[in-house]
Amino acid sequence: MKLESKTPSGPIEKKWDNHRFAMKLVNPSNRRKYSVIVVGTGLAGASAAASLGELGYNVLTFSYHESPRRAHSIAAQGGINAPKNYANDGDSIWRLFYDTVKGGDYRAREANVYRLAQVSGNIIDQCVAQGVPFARDYAGYLDNRSFGGAQVSRTFYARGQTGQQLLLGAYSALSRQINAGTVKFFPRREMLDLVLVDGQARGIVVRDLVTGKLETYAANAVVLATGGYANTYYLSTMAKASNASAIWRAHKKGAAFANPCFTQIHPTCIPQSGDYQSKLTLMSESLRNDGRIWVPKAKGDARKPQDIPEEERDYYLERMYPSFGNLVPRDVASRRAKEMCDKGFGVGPTKLAVYLDFADAIKRLGKHVIEERYGNLCDMYHEITAEDPYQGPMRIYPAMHYTMGGLWVDYNLMSTIRGLFVLGEANFSDHGANRLGASALMQGLADGYFIIPYTMGDYLASTKFKPVKTDDDAFKKTQADVNELIRKLMSINGKKTVEEFHRELGKIMWENVGMGRTKASLQKALKEIPAVRAEFWKNVKVVGASDDLNAELERAGRVADFLELGELLAYDALHREESCGGHFRVEHQTEEGEAKRNDKKFSYVAAWEYTGVNKKPILNKEPLTFEHVKPSQRSYK
Amino acid sequence: MDFKLKIWRQKNRDDRGGFVEYEVKNVSPDASFLEMLDILNVDLVKKGEEPVAFDHDCREGICGSCGLVINGRSHGPGRGIATCELRMRGFKEGETIVAEPWRAKPFPILKDLIVDRTALDRIIQAGGYISSKTGAVPEANLIQVPRPAAEEAMDAAACIGCGACVASCPNSSAMLFVAAKVSHLALLPQGKVERKERVLKMIEQMDKEGFGNCSNNYACEAECPKKISVTHIARLNREFLLAEIS
Repeated sequence: MKLESKTPSGPIEKKWDNHRFAMKLVNPSNRRKYSVIVVGTGLAGASAAASLGELGYNVLTFSYHESPRRAHSIAAQGGINAPKNYANDGDSIWRLFYDTVKGGDYRAREANVYRLAQVSGNIIDQCVAQGVPFARDYAGYLDNRSFGGAQVSRTFYARGQTGQQLLLGAYSALSRQINAGTVKFFPRREMLDLVLVDGQARGIVVRDLVTGKLETYAANAVVLATGGYANTYYLSTMAKASNASAIWRAHKKGAAFANPCFTQIHPTCIPQSGDYQSKLTLMSESLRNDGRIWVPKAKGDARKPQDIPEEERDYYLERMYPSFGNLVPRDVASRRAKEMCDKGFGVGPTKLAVYLDFADAIKRLGKHVIEERYGNLCDMYHEITAEDPYQGPMRIYPAMHYTMGGLWVDYNLMSTIRGLFVLGEANFSDHGANRLGASALMQGLADGYFIIPYTMGDYLASTKFKPVKTDDDAFKKTQADVNELIRKLMSINGKKTVEEFHRELGKIMWENVGMGRTKASLQKALKEIPAVRAEFWKNVKVVGASDDLNAELERAGRVADFLELGELLAYDALHREESCGGHFRVEHQTEEGEAKRNDKKFSYVAAWEYTGVNKKPILNKEPLTFEHVKPSQRSYK
Repeated sequence: MDFKLKIWRQKNRDDRGGFVEYEVKNVSPDASFLEMLDILNVDLVKKGEEPVAFDHDCREGICGSCGLVINGRSHGPGRGIATCELRMRGFKEGETIVAEPWRAKPFPILKDLIVDRTALDRIIQAGGYISSKTGAVPEANLIQVPRPAAEEAMDAAACIGCGACVASCPNSSAMLFVAAKVSHLALLPQGKVERKERVLKMIEQMDKEGFGNCSNNYACEAECPKKISVTHIARLNREFLLAEIS
């Protein structure tokens, strides 16, 4: 496999402009002759489908939800970054570019990140024009707030529902195109395989989730915008249906999977309270602006937090990081919380939590200020735990939250399969080893509104297409393969539920491939995952019928894929003998316990090639060079 | 905690359906209503029976997927929460809980507790947007929006499209849903250009889908998980009237 990043030449600030001029165009009257499949309707998928539809392409878009608006982008809380410099505090495209490359711990492609920073301002313009009700100041202009990893205020927000409002904006643009007839939306369809014709992505196989029927669709190109794979860990802040099947099955068809071990853990989530729990709930990291994080100094201290006197508390982040204190980046805050709990200082019934305390802030500012700033989060906490965060501290614990890795794409967002484009969280491209807050929304919309409309045109205009129909052999064969997989899942009729297997995998992943990874833990995971997978294929119980609405069957297919992806994730983590961003190898840390990169050996993208189940994947390397942002050791002391 | 459940089971769109009784035991009071259903479903799967089908996804009250009528109320007891945010501690030990799907003619039942709400999407497709093309827009701060208008627009835009308003209305009216979108866009300067056309087209589609009219019952506001106010319906009526006469 040859990895060609196709990064344009020339100075970094000119690359995208030059490339846009160099790319071929499709004449407006010819566009309707081309059809494009878009899978997923989150920020990246909806914005891509709408924009391609506006250009006049014939777009077919698919979601396993009943409506495009249900995609998980809707749950993003905090905001979206753009270097508008409205705060007059020194922001610029260069600064956003710099912060993102540094925040990603020098494991992203510079040219991509620069382009992201470049187009991010247009995203805000676009969203405002759509009617996204961003927060405003008293003069009626857009308001900004600050977020982790940056020293400027560049985050645009709509209360704590920024993701919702941006998705509804993209959904409205998509709805308009559906009405115009340029986009056809197929609800409750799950993509189960990719169809290749002469090595080109030419179609997909989907299952109608209501009738259970398999359907095939053909097009000139396929776009996957199907999100990340954090649900490999079972418990995460992802929505329940979020899964990796679309990208994983594309991977099995030849798309390289890049940096799977770059996963992000969010420090401020509501801790797990019992085994029945189905997911974890995130609370915006803005809480750390006023909340102080602590544990009791004595192990296993069972007193109520209010009864523990000041001198018997350990405000460990303030102690370890006097200058950043509670505002250290996500990866550092998460790791330290885990460390405290592992050492036996954890609190609450499960002892897997630390306190986040507003008592001082309430004393200093008054309860009403805290209510104003964090009211909705406090309500949510109260709803879930029945505890009042104004009376005593919240209990928090880190949780799986986002995956920076994904299918490898070149500068045009095309994977290693010709004609297969990958957008948003599903690709690996812009966040390196760690994503900064308020950058996920930015990337999803940048890919969909401002990159794919151009690069897709270039691909279509410069490629020769053989006419294909869904009754061609390639489609029939792929559909038969999917059918066989479903038949197999239905026929095992074992003793364990899909849910039990997923939880089992999640536990292995969290304990061994979670926040602190060691060679031994990874080797353990690599032994255990294949064993669970083997048992799955012998002992899983899938009830119901395959020609009916069957949530168990849907889940079974997804968990089968997680059982393979989890192994690659661990394998990648084992091979990357360094710590960077969200990937922390215990063996590789500085004396202060921070992530220690090895730029000499690992300044590359690890793009894995699939060779078969139970076979070792092939590693392909895309070297990363940093001409503009010089790699340095991050320090928050 | 232990509960008795009466759950609506219906094989498909054409099946008549009916209530089936179940028991669940040892449920943590901290479990959510949907997690309680997960526990029931694991039991059912283990017994080789088909689990109860219900829509759900984010489980934090924002995606709008879930929606059950619980003991006669949309999204169950409690104000300003979706079904997924409802916790079992609010129920009594040993209580019999009745769970049904949304019941409204424009929302056909697909299976058990899952209904088809695509009618709401079609209303949006008819005109619930500002026709701004990608790229063809001015610099964001050229459009000033008075803060009170932005705030009120946001109140309306918070709608999650779950359909609880329809399910709790005696007329199966979608007026609160339509009003939330009309109000959100009519309050903003960007939305004013198309306001007349928008409200007429959305109302036309709403009628076509078979949703009823508003008779000031206000059950929609009471059951709305995002506490969207019926004053937006007043604005919808005003917008509609203005569009009709001008």
